[in-house]
Amino acid sequence: MRARTRTTRRVVVLAAVASLGAGLLAGCADDSGDDASDGSSSGSGKGKTTITLGLFGTMGFKEAGLYAEYEKLHPDIKIAENVTERNENYYPALLNHLTTNSGLMDVQAIEVGNIAEVVATQAAKFEDMSKVSGVDKSKWLDWKWSQGTTKDGQTIALGTDVGPMALCYRKDLFQAAGLPTDREAVGKLWAGDWNKFIATGEQYKKKAKAGTFFMDSPGGLINAILSSEEEKFYDSSGEIIYKTNPAVKDAFDLTAKAAEEGLVQAQTQFQPAWDTTIANSKFATIACPPWMLGTIKGKAKAEDAGKWDVAVAPKSGNWGGSFLGVPKSGKHVKEAEAFITWLTAPEQQAKLFKVQGSFPSTPSAYTMPEVTGAKNDMTGDSPIGTVFSEAAKTAPVQVIGPKDQIIQQGLTDNGVILVTKGKSAAEAWKTATKTIDNNLDK
Amino acid sequence: MATRHDTAAPPAKEGGAAPGRPAAVPTEAEQRRRARLSRRWQRDKRWSPYAFVSPFFLLFLAFGLFPLVYTGWASLHQVELTAPTDMEWVGMRNYTRIFDDDFFWNAAKNTLTIGIISTVPQLLMAMGLAHILNYKLRASTFYRVAMLAPYATSIAAASLVFVLLFGRDYGMINWALHFVGIDAIDWQNDKWPSQFAVSSIVIWRWTGYNALIYLAAMQAIPQDLYESAALDGASRWKQFLHVTLPSLRPTILFTVVVSTIGASQVFGEPLLFDANKGASGGAEHQFQTLGLYLYEQGWVNQHLGRASAIAWTMFLILIVVGIVNYVISRRLRASS
Repeated sequence: MRARTRTTRRVVVLAAVASLGAGLLAGCADDSGDDASDGSSSGSGKGKTTITLGLFGTMGFKEAGLYAEYEKLHPDIKIAENVTERNENYYPALLNHLTTNSGLMDVQAIEVGNIAEVVATQAAKFEDMSKVSGVDKSKWLDWKWSQGTTKDGQTIALGTDVGPMALCYRKDLFQAAGLPTDREAVGKLWAGDWNKFIATGEQYKKKAKAGTFFMDSPGGLINAILSSEEEKFYDSSGEIIYKTNPAVKDAFDLTAKAAEEGLVQAQTQFQPAWDTTIANSKFATIACPPWMLGTIKGKAKAEDAGKWDVAVAPKSGNWGGSFLGVPKSGKHVKEAEAFITWLTAPEQQAKLFKVQGSFPSTPSAYTMPEVTGAKNDMTGDSPIGTVFSEAAKTAPVQVIGPKDQIIQQGLTDNGVILVTKGKSAAEAWKTATKTIDNNLDK
Repeated sequence: MATRHDTAAPPAKEGGAAPGRPAAVPTEAEQRRRARLSRRWQRDKRWSPYAFVSPFFLLFLAFGLFPLVYTGWASLHQVELTAPTDMEWVGMRNYTRIFDDDFFWNAAKNTLTIGIISTVPQLLMAMGLAHILNYKLRASTFYRVAMLAPYATSIAAASLVFVLLFGRDYGMINWALHFVGIDAIDWQNDKWPSQFAVSSIVIWRWTGYNALIYLAAMQAIPQDLYESAALDGASRWKQFLHVTLPSLRPTILFTVVVSTIGASQVFGEPLLFDANKGASGGAEHQFQTLGLYLYEQGWVNQHLGRASAIAWTMFLILIVVGIVNYVISRRLRASS
């Protein structure tokens, strides 16, 4: 009897050890098990197919009711999303999943800052969306389409929104400084040349309301200038040219000049102190894609509603935007392809813009009432849709590269910000390039 | 393994009062059965202990040893996060380049200075607080819990609040300083203010924890030591110096070792202190610690090989620090 209880106990212990060990191995082996629970389980059960989306931030498809609409159109399809709040957490995980071919959703979102790297290194893991029926290349802005396409012509992801950049300005502060306030006239002040923009800033400073600056931050300025260039950090053959490209050095020096002259605030964008300067009306202009109006609205005081307006930037550019791709190892590749084809069609993008402010990457949406009639509390009755449409259509087809973000962050956070602290432009350039070169060096 | 069945006495067969050895030789089958049992128990005795301790070792193997060895292997290669299986052998290059990597040595220096700025005041304050709490106080449990509250706060939450407090333009600390005529300090972008600010988060978080450890040790000091010191005419201060401190020596050593380890791993506070600049630790890397630099190379710049070499170099540096610590503590113990 005693021997039996011992044996039982031993069996229990062994089982415990074995299960611990097994749990361990399972933990290492495969994490697609979790995804399967919301992914494939429904494949058999009720005869419904569940398409899963891996997204970051607030892309707003669900909020705009697009999933519900598609589910109504296709009763056998269910859509589930898995959202990671910040792209800097989402992207490394996506890379891990792609390189190990596990844990991928049926649809994966890719941010514009990462698209070049994914196109360059992970294209083999994605379906070619250009071959999917119903996908028509001509519907998209040229530059948006080409950003998601490899050199061999494989389109790994379809464009969702874009960030056509205009300049938002404070009418009241412009008036106080003796500058025009009409959006046409303001656009003419600096049309075609960032130097004119800085000249306007110098003019602003002469009669500026005390304590205000012409622009929000050096980072915002250099980003705006760079995103209006056709070539910035890479040339068309994929070589890194940021140090020798005169356009980059000019953008850096012009921003440094603005910082030296005190035209830009000594702030870093999206830091709490920068947020406060919006609330306290400390600056008169900011480079402004449609989503930035949402940021301003979120940070500004209610009494500043209607005091902003949107003018055309000296040169148009793009800031932000996303893509949707279908990994080959997904469980429902065909269904996922059909779904994102529908989801990125102009009609859906226009609906998304209305709810979420994500600007469509398909020009035929620009004439739809959701876009032409768009209004924002901060800009009153201004036809913002028209201004942004114009910017989207005139933005350059920019050469983007895998390490754009690292280079730009170096130029901004380890570069021009130093000029606001009294360093010379040359010193700041040296610190920035040293940091960038170290960060790029494999 | 309390009872050994192979040697335990079998029941007596002949009804005698004294249990004796069995007179008759057991049958062949019985002998085989016993031998089998015996072998089984031998095996049990031999292998069960391994089974009992195996969970730890399996876990250690999977999450301790394997990553350590694999990191070492990866550090000899050029590996990118975009293709972790695609390794290119570069030998010791990732290590040799560290010698003239200004950013690494800058980070090492920052780790050291932030470590000193955060650890020394932290332990001194902890000692003082423990001494105060050691007196009979009303609501002493309340104070003790209050001391531990920062320790229970998440680093992220604490750091984000400190960022607001240390704001240059709208921060509360600069606002308070302007009353005493001190101009706005750029806590994020100037070297020493930023290191001080990062250290202050560490200090805030860990002082109470160390104070409680000191307090526990103080309460273990026999009361009669103080009484006899008082009889000899020692003041409170003298009592602290000559009774409390010597008795706390092992505890102090313990907290120094733990704080040193903690200081060498400082990561979350500097990462979140200027979150928009990512892992670069400020515009001029003025508060980038080694942990942060490692993270930047591995996860931001995606150079897994370089990051692995940095990790191993940190490991080696820590071993050296550990040896120094050990030697000093032995000296201290010998001298006492």
